[in-house]
Amino acid sequence: MIPPNVIQKDIRKLSIIASKGSLDMAYPPLVLANAARMTGIETHVFFTFWGLDIITKSKMNRLRVATVGNPSMHPSFHIPTWIGAIPGMSALASWMMNREIAKLDFPPVGEFVEMIRDAGANLYACKMSVEMMKLKPEDFVEGTQILGAMEFMDISAGAQLLFV
Amino acid sequence: MSEDILANIAFDADGFMTDANAWTPEIAHALAAREGIELTERHWVVLNYARAEFKAKGEAPTLRNITKNTDVSTKELYALFPGGPGKLAAKIAGLKKPTGCI
Repeated sequence: MIPPNVIQKDIRKLSIIASKGSLDMAYPPLVLANAARMTGIETHVFFTFWGLDIITKSKMNRLRVATVGNPSMHPSFHIPTWIGAIPGMSALASWMMNREIAKLDFPPVGEFVEMIRDAGANLYACKMSVEMMKLKPEDFVEGTQILGAMEFMDISAGAQLLFV
Repeated sequence: MSEDILANIAFDADGFMTDANAWTPEIAHALAAREGIELTERHWVVLNYARAEFKAKGEAPTLRNITKNTDVSTKELYALFPGGPGKLAAKIAGLKKPTGCI
């Protein structure tokens, strides 16, 4: 239910910058891009720095939750920092999070990326990050376009912009 | 014309029918026409599934539910309902606005 004090304007364009590659930070841009497409909003997602892992085929299904230095872990799998440093804890937390995500019927990251692509969201890999990490076009999910930041600005003209 | 059939139907502020039981296939055609969509056999796969899910669970199915349990792919779903299948499929099926996030 939309609160009555919300003015619904007809904004039909959303640009998202996805800059984080941990499992917990991969989902927000994907969920929002998908929600935008479901309501018919033109959607562009720019993956930069660690965010590139989300669309890198060899990494997208192996994203991990950081158990050290992550103050905002959900209480249901809260892990104190000193325990988080024990080898294997990040894998355990990631397994738990994947299980909770599947319970909500959200797809794994790789499938989710393909889903939003098929839904018509435009996927871009940041050119500078691609060069820095020595990646090639074939390393990314099919349909990904390698794009410079300035071009992304041109594409985003008039859009709502979101940085994750 | 097709709009006449909608004259006595109650809608919420967003154009969703308030009573799913008042829905008929003819109403679906009229609602689709309002959105600029002409219903085909493939639309009916989605609409019938959405109606059946609503009957069973009291809520419109999520798009992921639809693509998982019918032979309609994500790509096709968006081609069938170009204005955004999240709202349009439920709207044309005479169901409440979906609240799911996926």
